[in-house]
Amino acid sequence: MTAVKARALRSGATHAILLLFSFLALLPFVSILLISVYPADQAPSGLALPHSIDLANYSRAWQAGNFATLLRSSTIVAVCVVTLASVLCILSGYAFGTMNFPGKSVLFILFLLGLLLPFEAVIIPLYYDERSVGLTNTYAGLILPEAALFLSFGTFWMRAHFLSTPRPLVEAARLDGSNSWSTLWRILVPNARAPISAMLVLFFIWSWNEFLLALVLAQDPQVQTAPAGLSFFFGEHTTDTSTLAAAAVIVTTPVLIVYVFLQRRFIQGVTSGSVR
Amino acid sequence: MVAYLYLAPALILISLFVLFPLLHTVYLSFFRWDGVTVGTWVGMRNYQQIVDDPQLRALFAHSLVLVLFYAVLPIMFALLITALFARRTIRGMTFYRAVLFVPQAVSLVVVAVAWQWVYAASGVANQFLGFLGLNRHIAWLGDFNWALPAIGLIGSWLLTGLCLVLFLSGVQKIDAELYEAARMDGASAWHEFRHVTLPGLRAELSVAVTLTVVAALKSFDLVYVLTKGGPGTSTSVPGLEIFERAFIRQQVGSAASLGVVLTLLILSVTILIDRLSKDPQ
Repeated sequence: MTAVKARALRSGATHAILLLFSFLALLPFVSILLISVYPADQAPSGLALPHSIDLANYSRAWQAGNFATLLRSSTIVAVCVVTLASVLCILSGYAFGTMNFPGKSVLFILFLLGLLLPFEAVIIPLYYDERSVGLTNTYAGLILPEAALFLSFGTFWMRAHFLSTPRPLVEAARLDGSNSWSTLWRILVPNARAPISAMLVLFFIWSWNEFLLALVLAQDPQVQTAPAGLSFFFGEHTTDTSTLAAAAVIVTTPVLIVYVFLQRRFIQGVTSGSVR
Repeated sequence: MVAYLYLAPALILISLFVLFPLLHTVYLSFFRWDGVTVGTWVGMRNYQQIVDDPQLRALFAHSLVLVLFYAVLPIMFALLITALFARRTIRGMTFYRAVLFVPQAVSLVVVAVAWQWVYAASGVANQFLGFLGLNRHIAWLGDFNWALPAIGLIGSWLLTGLCLVLFLSGVQKIDAELYEAARMDGASAWHEFRHVTLPGLRAELSVAVTLTVVAALKSFDLVYVLTKGGPGTSTSVPGLEIFERAFIRQQVGSAASLGVVLTLLILSVTILIDRLSKDPQ
């Protein structure tokens, strides 16, 4: 009897603590959401429920922050980074995971280096070199370094999954006269659908949220991405609380939609042990 | 040989946008350069300055404070909670995991916007103090003593959920028989934690330490948006100083030397954690 009681008590406490932490995790975002629907002249900075809901903040933020352009740029950059980086990672992961070749370990270390570097290690020459060849303030100038910096993670990620693909599957394809290219795309890739979608989600969210590279390499409002745009908006509208809140919601919505549907894959990727 | 063809596209991209810039950063760190005119070779002087200049040394001291908030607090806290509820299957864990992980998916600029209201004069932080009966209105982000811990606390908030998710899922994988055996031996809760839970979480701990320490060392976004290093230089960190010297104050060489030092620091910390976590006892 007491054992049952103790267990119930313990499980109750577990849920109480986890609920508390869940509440704390969402609290700042809930407060943004509440502030964003406050009538502009009454916005509080503390936590309080609005008496009436005013969605005009959103249209005001949309106009003032130039969010149509920002979201378009963010989408272009994220989609290109995800596509480019994923394809290259599948190819290089395939090489590292299933083939032997001279220089493999040296190349492996070069890729590993990219996994550990902070972006601060490369941002200075990236800017000055891109400026000298006219790549700053272009989409390519942001897409290429982002994709390159994500490649290390993706290569290791795909290598690990290709390594764990059952050998007989690959051997059978070889015996059927399938060359390495069609073995990859007809056997290995369909078998790795789960890890590939995890990689796509990670790349999308990383790219959407990338701040330092975007801030430095894409300063022109025409190619600026949403987080960088929001940081400028923040500097100019600190006192206009509800418009700023609406702007923050606008920037977050696309990633949240992706997150809601694919959170399991995202968590799997982040907790896998990559540094980034 | 066909392997090289598969590797080539990735290798070209990495060489152009990661490896070459990395070498270029090292090269620039030996110059005094304003970003426009021709630079002058100054040898190790930029590095000497990091050792000599108290303001540059302070950058790394601030990083150390952030490590406390970003890594030590969240890990201790998440371990404590994990120890209390060790090896119990938690119903609804998928839901909790999804919610606890939300902050990881949101842009840090948005996180910064949300927290500047928490720290505002009539914000949640001061409301909470009032609730405790302390009617002191602290200007958290504008105070020389409080600004750095206030930013650190955002890191604690950000990373506790990550550590919790890691540990709670890791502890489920520990063999239940180990706990049975410990119970049979009449092991205390501390003993059970020390000899079963902790060793069982080795892999997760190493991931958590690496992710959180590196996040603290390379912090830039929150500081840039919230304080720009101020008030004074009380929240200046290497990431921010690199940005300001390289792109605003035209001290590109000095910024590059800071970048090299930060990179070496992160590399050695990561490798050290990896070594320690592999060493069996």
